[in-house]
Formats: sequence, structure tokens, C-alpha cells
Amino acid sequence: MLKIENLHVEIKGREILHGISLEVPDGEVHALLGPNGSGKSTLLMAAMGFSGYAVTKGRVLLDGKDITHIPINERARAGLGIAFQRPPIVKGIKTKHLVAICMNNGKIPGQDTSMRKDVEILAEDMHCRPFLDRELNSGLSGGEMKRSELMQLLAQDPRMVLLDEPESGVDIENIALLGKAINRLLGRNPEPNGKESLKEKRIQRRRSALIITHTGHILNYLFSDRGYVMIDGYIACEGNPRELLGTVEKYGYKECLKCVV
Amino acid sequence: MVITGNTSEKHCPMKAISMIFQMVTSYGRYRAPIRCFLFRPCLYMSEEGSVQQVHNIVVAENGSDLNVLTGCTSGSSSGTHLGNSEFYVKKGATLHFTMIHAWGEEVETLPRTAVIVEEGGTFISDYISMQPGKKIKMYPAAYLKGPGATARFNSVLVGLPGTLVDIGSKVYLQAEGTRAEVISRTVSLGGEIIARGRLVGEVPGVKAHLECKGLLLHPEGKILAIPELEGRAVDLEMTHEAAVGKIDKEEVEYLMARGMSKEDAISAIVRGFLNVEILGLPAKLKQDLDEIVSESNKAS
Repeated sequence: MLKIENLHVEIKGREILHGISLEVPDGEVHALLGPNGSGKSTLLMAAMGFSGYAVTKGRVLLDGKDITHIPINERARAGLGIAFQRPPIVKGIKTKHLVAICMNNGKIPGQDTSMRKDVEILAEDMHCRPFLDRELNSGLSGGEMKRSELMQLLAQDPRMVLLDEPESGVDIENIALLGKAINRLLGRNPEPNGKESLKEKRIQRRRSALIITHTGHILNYLFSDRGYVMIDGYIACEGNPRELLGTVEKYGYKECLKCVV
Repeated sequence: MVITGNTSEKHCPMKAISMIFQMVTSYGRYRAPIRCFLFRPCLYMSEEGSVQQVHNIVVAENGSDLNVLTGCTSGSSSGTHLGNSEFYVKKGATLHFTMIHAWGEEVETLPRTAVIVEEGGTFISDYISMQPGKKIKMYPAAYLKGPGATARFNSVLVGLPGTLVDIGSKVYLQAEGTRAEVISRTVSLGGEIIARGRLVGEVPGVKAHLECKGLLLHPEGKILAIPELEGRAVDLEMTHEAAVGKIDKEEVEYLMARGMSKEDAISAIVRGFLNVEILGLPAKLKQDLDEIVSESNKAS
């Protein structure tokens, strides 16, 4: 699904990522752990193609196609989606309008009433109804911001999801709701409906994700297949995410420094 | 209400103008007693190099509630439009005046406007300049003479290459409890824009706010924001906010990450900035304005 090959990324002429390689296969969820400033967000932003994150070497591949230098919206249309940690306020654009645009594959929808209905149902599910008519990201609490981001992603329905600290600044109660929404987004934890087996359902809906988590709390609500520890722009370690998290909780990231080449 | 004009639907090159007539005639939400006279609300210049001189007088009588939508345009590319307008908002009346300008390339426009608002009266001006012509200069003044009188000016200005837009609003707060708000949103796509604003507080206890915000989207464009506040009494509250800037890249890229093309994202942000929503325009007129914003973006 997503493959990152020897990626070197500079911000304002300073190299932040020094050759990152990882691969998230179809249907898998991978977690990125690491201290503040280790380059986790940089990796996600560079994969999505934001300006200011200059790729100087290496490649980003989506379904085998090199997307390293294509515009952001083309990546989005190819199936890559991102939830921002701190999304910008966009004046004059209402949240519900952007959700409708996400549903309409990035295009501004016409007067389609069924879509308006779909937006409202989704907002209800995501507890986003109260700010649907508000300007995008204006005056939102930490939890509302995350819910709004996930609502937009659910409307967009990307095949490969990049999540930047979905649980930061969110209280325990809201983390459960976010966990549920992420599972829905990724087609995980399907519920039986009598016809298809759960196995079939899982295979049918193969969504992948790369999730940054600083605290690891979100992993209590979501099964992850693989974890990476990033230190100073390198991947210091990879393996079972729970095991990695356990080790970090016990000994801290300073032990991981030993493994940085 | 009397409406006269020297244009008819078939002579109007702009669909917007016919919309305006429909609006004026169907908008009605008038309370008795009402006696309002409105001269030449829709002005059309058809001959090259002509000079059009008009004098408008609008009186909103005591307790009346009047909405006026007016549009000025030209079929010719050159000429001069000189307009004098007097507005009288009597006791407790509300006058909501919406004006749309769309001029030919070489047209010079020099309107002069004064407004007198009496006790408890409200004057609202929504002004949109879609195609400014070669030059447009205006600086309407509102005198809030009666206690509790209110004035609100909203201006949306688009400056195209080779044009000069010099527009502002002045409000004199001359009585107890008067309020004023002057807001302009300007976008330069290569033209020169001077966004003025002046609030004069003459008695204690008045409140007023002035806002000039501009987006400069073309290297040859120029925006000069001149917000002025003059306090002539104690215990008054007048504030201003001015900004000239560019479109935030982060906002554009955020929308692109949701699949929007760069052009659509920029148009959406510019439209949002111009804040046309609050003006409550008829749908068709809003659509025309949207098209101009989108087209202009492509051109820049």
C-alpha cells in the first residue's frame, strides 16, 4: 500500500529525516512512536507532499506508484488521507461544506440534497453537529478538532490513512469515541450482520494506516500490526508495537538512542 | 415607493441588473407610514465618452423599513459617471442600501454620498465593486445626528489590473448612544486599492469599529489601508483593525489534502475572505460574484 524508501527530508535547508524506509502493506495499521522532535510529523507531512518538507532523496510509493513529487490533491485522489494534529482555521468556509466536498471526491458539490443528508448523518455519528455550520476549525476544543478531522476523513474514505497523534489533547471519554471512529475508518472490528463472515468482511475492506502516537493511548482502542520507534530522524527500532511501547514506558526513549546508527 | 430609471432589462448587459429590479420590486417588507422616493436606482451608460450626472435622493420616513438594491454599469467602455446621493433616515427608520458596481474598462466613477440618520434610525450600506472601471473614488459620509442612531458599511472590492479603487466610509457619531461599524474586504488581482475609513466620535459614550482587510494576490497590485479614528470626547470606544496579506499556504494545502484542486481551494478561501455571505445577496448575484472570483484567480 504505502512504501517509503530511504527518505531524506529537509525543512528550511536542515535535514530532519535521514533515510527512512518502511512499508505498510494492505490492510495493516502501523504505529510510529518516538519523542517530540524525532521527525514523526515530518514523515507524515512529507508523505502527503506539503510544501516546506523538501524530499532531497528517496521515494514515496502508493500502490507501487511513485508519488514523491505529485501535488497534494492528486495524492488525496489516489487514496491517501491525513488527519492533522492542529488544522488551520479557514475563514468563510463552513465545516459542512468541506465535508460535502470530501464526499464528492474533492469537487464542489451542486445542490444535492441527499449529500446534505449524508453529511448530517455522519456529523451526528461523530458528535460534530454543533459546529457543522461554523467556520472551519474555528473555536474548536482539542476533542472537537480531532472529531472534525476524522469526520472529514470518513467522508473522504481514503485507502491509506495518516494520523498525527489522534489522541493528543483529548480526554479519556473522547479517546474511546475516536478509537471507534478510527476503527470504522479502517474497517476494523466489523460487527456480524448474518450474511458475510467477519473474515470476509475484514478482507473486503482493506484500509491501511500509519499512526503517530506519543503516549500510545490510542493503541488501547485499536489493533496495530507493527510499530516503529523514531529517534532523531532515524528509525531506531521496529517490531510489535505493544512490546515497543512497553519497553519505552519502562526504560524511556533514551535507551533507544543506543540503536541509532 | 417610486422607482424610475433610464434603463430596462433588455438594455442591461448584466443579468445582475435585471435581478436587481426584481429584488427591488419584490423585496417589500414595508411598514406604514412609509413614503420613500428613489430616483434612478439603476444606471446604465450606453455612449462612448459620455458624462453621466445623476442626483439621487432617498428618504426613509419615520418608522419605515426600506431595502434598496441598485446597480450601475455601462455598455460603453469609456465615460464618466458623477453621482450625488443624499440619504435621509428619519426617526426609527431602517434603510438598507445595496449597491453593485460593474463598469467598462475606461469608465471613471466619482460618486459623492452623504447620509443623515436621526434618532433610533439605522443605515446599512452593502457595496460591491466587481469591475471598478479605470478609476473609482468615493468616500461617503454618514452623520449620526439622533440618539441611538446606527450606521454600518460593508464593502467588498475587487481590484483588477489597470484600475484604481479609492473607497472608504466616514461616520460622524454626533449623538448619545450612536454606533457605527465600517468593514471593508479588498482583493487586489493587480489593481491599486486604497481602502479608507474614518470614525469621528464627537460625544461621550459612543462606540464604533473600523476594519480594513486586504488580500494582495498579484505582484503588480497595491493595497493601501488607511483606518482613521478621531476622538473628540471622553469615554468613547473606537477601535480599528487593518491587515494586508496573502493567502495562507497552509490553508490552501489543507483543502488540497481533502482532494480540492489548488484553484478551487484558492477561490474558496478568497470567497470566504470577502465574506459575501453576510451581505445576504440574491442567489443569482452571488453566483455572478463567485464566477468573477474564480475567473480572476485563473487569470492571476
